[in-house]
Parts: sequence; C-alpha cells; structure tokens
Amino acid sequence: MRHVISLLIENESGALSRVSGLFSARGYNIESLTVAPTEDASMSRMTIVTVGSDEIIEQITKQLNKLVEVVKVVDISEAAHIERELMLIKVRATGKDREEMKRTADIFRARIIDVTDASYVIELTGNQSKLDAFLGAIDSSLILETVRSGICGIGRGDRVLKI
Amino acid sequence: MVLTGAEIVIRSLQEEKAEYVFGYPGGAVLHIYDALFQQENVRHVLVRHEQAAVHAADGYSRSTGKVGVALVTSGPGATNAVTGIATAYCDSIPLVIISGQVPTAAIGQDAFQEVDTVGITRPCVKHNFLVRDARDIASTIKKAFYLARTGRPGPVLVDIPKDVTAAKAEFEYPAEISMRSYNPVVKGHHGQIKKAVQLLLEAKRPMIYTGGGVILADAAEALTKLTRMLGFPITNTLMGLGGYPASDRQYLGMPGMHGTYEANMSMHYCDVLLAVGARFDDRVIGDPNHFASEPRKIIHVDIDPSSISKRVKVDIPIVGDLKEVLEEMIRQLEAGTQRPNAEQLAPWWKQVEEWRSRECMKFKNSDEIIKPQFVVQKLWEVTGGDAFVTSDVGQHQMWASQYYRFDQPRRWLNSGGLGTMGVGLPYAMGAQLANPGRPVACVTGEASIQMNIQELSTCKQFRLPIKICNLNNRYLGMVRQWQQLFHGGRYSESYMDSLPDFSRLAESYGHVGMKIERPGDVEGALREAFARKNDLVFLDFQVDPTENVYPMVQGGKGLTEMILSAEDL
Repeated sequence: MRHVISLLIENESGALSRVSGLFSARGYNIESLTVAPTEDASMSRMTIVTVGSDEIIEQITKQLNKLVEVVKVVDISEAAHIERELMLIKVRATGKDREEMKRTADIFRARIIDVTDASYVIELTGNQSKLDAFLGAIDSSLILETVRSGICGIGRGDRVLKI
Repeated sequence: MVLTGAEIVIRSLQEEKAEYVFGYPGGAVLHIYDALFQQENVRHVLVRHEQAAVHAADGYSRSTGKVGVALVTSGPGATNAVTGIATAYCDSIPLVIISGQVPTAAIGQDAFQEVDTVGITRPCVKHNFLVRDARDIASTIKKAFYLARTGRPGPVLVDIPKDVTAAKAEFEYPAEISMRSYNPVVKGHHGQIKKAVQLLLEAKRPMIYTGGGVILADAAEALTKLTRMLGFPITNTLMGLGGYPASDRQYLGMPGMHGTYEANMSMHYCDVLLAVGARFDDRVIGDPNHFASEPRKIIHVDIDPSSISKRVKVDIPIVGDLKEVLEEMIRQLEAGTQRPNAEQLAPWWKQVEEWRSRECMKFKNSDEIIKPQFVVQKLWEVTGGDAFVTSDVGQHQMWASQYYRFDQPRRWLNSGGLGTMGVGLPYAMGAQLANPGRPVACVTGEASIQMNIQELSTCKQFRLPIKICNLNNRYLGMVRQWQQLFHGGRYSESYMDSLPDFSRLAESYGHVGMKIERPGDVEGALREAFARKNDLVFLDFQVDPTENVYPMVQGGKGLTEMILSAEDL
C-alpha cells in the first residue's frame, strides 16, 4: 500500500540524512521525499511517499518517531487529505506542435512560463496521476526535459500537523 | 566565567560527575588533553587502541548503570572507535563519546586526519552532534548525557573541531534540559497494565521472558518480586542474565539458539507470554513463522515502541519504564481480589519439570582433557558466583553464559547484539575500575583475546587485577562448530596457527601467566589466581578442541527443533 507520511523535524544540518539513512538502512522504500522549512524557521516539514505493508508502515512511523530530532509524525493518507506535486516540463514547440501543445496545456490548466521560438517550459500542478496523465497526453518525442518536485501533502479540514 | 572550549568540555564532564574518561590523545584533542591535565576530578585512562576506549567505557557503564565516557581524536581515532560505538548501540548502553575534529575552516578540505565522524557514526548512535561554537559546548554535552541515559539508552557522540576547543566562551552549565522533539514515555498505560494483569491471572501455561532492558532499567528487584508473586517459570536472555536469580527454582535458564530445552519448550508452548525488555531477536526465537505457529497471547513491555510488534505480533503492548510498569503490576496484583492460583499452574509446572528432567546442560567430563564447560563451572564455584564476568564472542561466551549462574544484575558483560570479538578484556577493565577490590573474570578464547591483547599494557599501568580465563582450543570454535555441522567438516580458515605462549606473553607485560593442561589442575589454578588480589593473572587453559556448544537451534529453525547433544547429530 502507498502511504504519505508527513513529519516535522528540527531544522538542523544533517536532519535529512538521518531520515534518508533510516530508510536505506532498514530497507524501506522512498517513492518521493520533499522538505522545506515551515513558517517557524526552526522546523522543517517533510512529506515522504512510501510503499509497504501495514506492519512495515507501522515500523516506519515508529522508527521515524525514534529519531531524536523528529518532533511529530503523521500518516496523512490514513484519512482525507490533499496531495500536490509541481512539474516543470520543457518541450519542443515548432510548427503545428506549437498550437497543439498550447491547447493541451490549457486543457490541463497548465501554464506556459517560458517561450522561445523552438520550445516552451510548461508548469503544471496536481496530484501524481494528473501529472502522469499530462505526460501521456503529449507526444513523448517532443519532451526535452521534465522535473517533478515530489509530493506535498496536507490533511483536510480539522486535521492539523503542528506542535 | 570565561573559559576555553576545552576547559568547558572538562568542566561539563565534572558537572556530570564523570569519574573516568577512557581515551587516547591526538592532534585534534590536544587542547582537551591540556585541560584534562590541569585538574584532578576526572581521571583519564589511557588505553592502547581507541576501540578499547569505547569498550572500556561501555564495560564501566554495564557494571554500574552510569554513563560511560570516551575521548578520541579525529580521523583514525574516531574510526577506530566506531566498532565500540556500534557494540554499545546494539545493546543500548549509555555512553558519551567526545571526538576531536579538524578546525572548522578545514572541514570539507580533506585535511589531515579528517573524516566525517558525524556521518560515519550516524547509523550506530542514538544521536550525534557537531559543535560549531564554543558557546554551545556545555548545552550539547548536557544534552548528550541526557539523551544517553533516558528513554532507551544508547551512545551519543559529540564531535568538536579543534578551533572550537581553543575559542573562549562564558561557561554556565545548564541545570535543566528540555527538547520538544524528545520526550520518552516513562509511565505505562494504566488500562493496558490492568488488561495484562488480568490475562496473567487467567493463564494456564504462563511464561516470563526478559531481556537486557531489565538490567538497563534496574528493574531486577521488581521483576523478581513479581515473578515470585505469580509463581510462573521465567527465562532470561543472554543480555538479561542476572535479571532473575539463576539459582532459583522458577528459573529455567537462557532461551534461544544455545538456550535450555525447558526454556525453549516453555517459550513455544506457553499460552501467555510476558515479554519484558526483550526484542524477540533471531537468536532467541529462531524462525518467527515457526514461533507464530503456536497460538499464545503476548504481553510486551518495553521503553521503545519500535521494539514492539517488530518481529512478533503482540496482543498487549505496554510502553514505559520497565521498573515503573512492573511495580504497577505488583500494586495492581496486591490491590486486586484475585490471587495467582498455584493449583491452576500445577499441570504446567509438571510439564516444565518433565522438560527440565532432560538435563540438557549435562556434559561428559574427562580426566584426560580439560572440558571448557568444566572450567566455567569451577570459576563459578571458586568465585562463589559473585564475580563480574566478561566474555568475548564465540563458544566460550556461550559456555560462560550457560555454566556461570548469575544471581544478580550487572555481573555479566558481553556483546550480545553486535557480537564483537575483543570486548572481553576492555569490558573487564571498565568493570574493574568501577568496582575496585571486586573479583573480575574475563572468559575468553585464544582468538578473541588477540583482538584487543594490547590492553594488557593498560591493565599494567592502571594495576587492574583481572583474571583472564582463556579457553584455548586452537580454533575459532564457533566457526569450527558451524563448519562441522553445516559445511561438511571443511574447516576453512578456522584453525588458529602460530599462537603465542600466552602465559609468557602476559609475563612480558609484567603480569602473572599460567598454563593449565590437566583437568585436575583447573580448580587449584583458579584458586591461586583469585588469591592474587593485586595481580592480573592470565590463565591459559588448554581445552578440548572438539567440544561443541549444546543445546543448539540451527539458524532459521524453530525453537523446538533442538540438537541436545552430539548424539542427536
């Protein structure tokens, strides 16, 4: 099962390697990991997408909690939540492809944020499947480069991860 | 008061009441050694290899419960310490290791004796720090001691660049420390404990299984009281020996790979298992699927939530300090109306006694050749069961754990988790310094002892009258045993050739050496050795090279699939 784990961690040097080291040492999967400081600069928030059985996910959350610098851990995929990922994609855009690419971007509510006479850079936000669908919808031979941020997640409604 | 960083390090150690620092000087820690030189409260023990510094601090801690302290220089000093740190980490021993680092400006420049100590040690410490400012030294050392001894204990490393130890800062040792990210649970959940007590009272085939946590939490007394109240059979793991008196009738011996028949059968066939400060290790339960094949309810008490339901699914988890939880169980038992019922347990005890009557620890003694088990038995007799016993890793370790009966906690020091050969002598050093005038024996083998033999020199310098019982069988015995049983008798590299004459080697370090070759001389030699109160005596016992450790559960097999003796092969 795929799980999205959110955690708050002290914003200290080496904190990221404690988390990533834990995953590699114990053989857990990381599908994506994102991290940045929160509104309180002394703390970072991390979103980890991982895959594992219930027992493994239980161990992952326990092991994360055991790290001295980890303040709080929540498996946000246990209840209603929102996931978003940002993708930047550079495509070849010449001739008739230029119009077609613009139309597809509009349909996906993506934005073209850089234009040259031969290429576009398109910005698209959404959950993973939306980004995958966009990649599937355009001619793959036109893709010059893609970069994805990995998932950010947040619980819906009253569910708040805060100290 | 304005002090240098180095002075702050030493003052902080004084504030933590550190009696001994085990260490080895070098470039990056020169300022710290200079500050050490100018005071008398913290005594430094100069080892001959940094690995032994950490092991000795570890042995000091195991025998006292206090935090052990080691001090090493940067680069090779730190990497040499890593085995010691990992050893302590696997057995949850509270240590503070201070390592020197190259000056801040040189970090990342591939400087002389530079290594990423914080990076290298990260997976084998409870936590570690790199101190970049002299003003942070005191609070970091305070945190290090706090982290090391609270919750599930463990080693904490503080890496300090040389310029930080030279810089000046105002010294004030913090009285309190609080960390928003670290708040270990101490008190067990009342409702869970109540459920557990009820289950224990209803049990028809109960069993208590306890590990190193009982020793670390100083919970042996509470455990003994609870076990006697309940009247249940009990087993202590290799790490938990001495948690319950081994000479008591309710005690069934050690469980696991080289555990007793009765302990393993009772673990497997009980209907309620109370696990306390133990972690269902592969050397204890063997194949977890085989273990799970027999239905039983499990209550698991541990300070570390991640130890619970890790290898075996638990029915009643209780997170908390073991001593607090066991005392709460006793209180609830005393306050409740229901009493433990001996009659209800009678059929189970009958079964347990039947298993015990197999006498699985019996061995065939000899008049011709010294049996290693016999040496440990005699050691137990001669010391009245009252010695601090350290061991290295291998056959001799198992025989020491099987035949020396520990009635008290903190008397048995060995590397159970990491299985580090070479710990025995430095553990004995730490235990002897912490317990002056008390008998300390190091049960070792001719292979293990050579992994830290240089410490004989430290023992001379600090006058440590350790009794080294070398069970010399000229083999890496446990490797040979596995090769005999599972590799068709192909003894690949397990023979110890070109051995030194250990008694003369010990003498050249200024100690007393003895070579014992006949069974009839074993007891006399031990008596003479322990009578030499001020001397380190190296007893080199020439033992039967073909002897194997039994009972044995092969790796990956189930607990009930035991080889009891050579006749079972």
